[in-house]
Amino acid sequence: MLDDFFIRAVIGGIGVAVIAGPLGCFIVWRRLAYFGDTLSHSALLGVAMALLLELNITFTIFMISVIVAMLLLLLQRQAQLSSDALLGLLAHATLAVGLVVLAFMTWVRVDLMGFLFGDILAINTTDIVLIYIGGLAVLTALALIWKTLFAATVNYEIAVAEGLKPDRANFFFMVLMAAVIAISMKIVGVLLITALLIIPAATARRFAITPEMMAIVASTIGAASVWIGLEGSLRWDTPAGPSIVVAALLGFIISLLPVQWLFKRLNFNRPMRG
Amino acid sequence: MPKIGETLVSLHNAGVRVSDKWLVRGVSLNVRRGEIVTLIGPNGSGKSTTAKMALNVIEPSEGNAQCKHHIRVSYVPQKLVVDWTMPLTVNRFMALTHSANESDIQRALSATGIEHLKNAQVRNLSGGEFQRVLLARAIVNRPELLVLDEPVQGVDFNGEIELYRLIEKIRTELDCGIILISHDLHVVMSSTDKVICLNGHVCCSGSPEAVASAPEFRTLFGDRAANELAFYKHNHDHEHLPDRTVQKLKKVSPASRHQSVEGTSNSEGLKRHA
Repeated sequence: MLDDFFIRAVIGGIGVAVIAGPLGCFIVWRRLAYFGDTLSHSALLGVAMALLLELNITFTIFMISVIVAMLLLLLQRQAQLSSDALLGLLAHATLAVGLVVLAFMTWVRVDLMGFLFGDILAINTTDIVLIYIGGLAVLTALALIWKTLFAATVNYEIAVAEGLKPDRANFFFMVLMAAVIAISMKIVGVLLITALLIIPAATARRFAITPEMMAIVASTIGAASVWIGLEGSLRWDTPAGPSIVVAALLGFIISLLPVQWLFKRLNFNRPMRG
Repeated sequence: MPKIGETLVSLHNAGVRVSDKWLVRGVSLNVRRGEIVTLIGPNGSGKSTTAKMALNVIEPSEGNAQCKHHIRVSYVPQKLVVDWTMPLTVNRFMALTHSANESDIQRALSATGIEHLKNAQVRNLSGGEFQRVLLARAIVNRPELLVLDEPVQGVDFNGEIELYRLIEKIRTELDCGIILISHDLHVVMSSTDKVICLNGHVCCSGSPEAVASAPEFRTLFGDRAANELAFYKHNHDHEHLPDRTVQKLKKVSPASRHQSVEGTSNSEGLKRHA
């Protein structure tokens, strides 16, 4: 069954969406969308470095993302520039440097579109194994820091005062973000990873009453978006990454429809007629 | 008076400096089990900073802060905003930093009179309800030290008195030490054991009566405040229950002031008006 590239893409994509769900919730709660964007843009620099130094691409992307995240924390402590200016600077600087380095390497042929927007044809069994083993590690680590991370998201000082270690949890969260970006880049591409993190979480918010429920719903919605997006991509010959994001967006728009209000109206009208 | 026990936290000549500015300096205080220590002072006088030093949230730049080892601490910060993107029930909020079992949550909610809000979303609460929820969360784990930074803000006058009465009951019930930060001098005075008046440094400290008559206190808060304190008498003779009924209060004599926390829900012998 894994012979079929489409099946491989669906299995890999669903794996990525399930990992992205809970992390995406934290990105939404902590308003880290731009931070996620910056890390994922730096993934292209990771690709360039990997090709230049002949290293494993996923691993190099992961390392570069972690380094950029550290750099960001360091620069924020210096507080010379506002946070969003720093993020914008790093996001586009790393993307641009990555592109320039790639252009210099005339000896390698690079499918740039594939890195930017994802390439389902490129997913092999090794990738799937990586996604599921890496994903399991990410989710296990997240489960371990979940309580502290969530408490610190609600209020950092309460978390510190009541004996938790939020700084450590924040650091691990950053590492997990870098890992997810490295793992999912092949599926959705550099430019759309943040969308896969944020949109399912934003949709899930409408249906969840607890943070844990929101994480699970976000994973489910993300997985459904991957499936629907890839089906559409196959049928209409559209690029895989953008198709997945469009499917997720449709889900979000549907969640905005006043469904409850509609139900109430229908229930209200029925006895009136009868 | 309840008996006063071991020292929970003490500051010795502690101060905090941010860049070149001292937020507060030269604070020495001691909180023992069963004791309510109130910090008063104008805005920006270093009350919250002092509390945070006692909580180990801020490291003192000079002097030191010492805590009993393995102490259970709860903190109600001055400002806590639950982001609207965060689905969070009151029930889940109770277990924010430590897991809490059902009966402990029930006990905390009934002690603060908000059992009916158990499944409500935190972001939909009114100001008064939210302060009660914060207080309930703080007592779920039976803390040894409770730090309350303006716990009655946004609560109307009668609600304020109820909450302060509740704080006194918590002290007796849990036999914990309490650091209370407040602006409502007149209400706090009756229930506190020690008052520390801050204005960037310790202006004066001691028993409520001693502080109220201290010339430093008069300079800081004016004669009127000091006189109001001397003559303050509470005439509110009934309590408003969550279900909008009213119950008469027993005459509050100093001897009966420290009833158990459960006492509030067993309203035997009390008249209810429809």
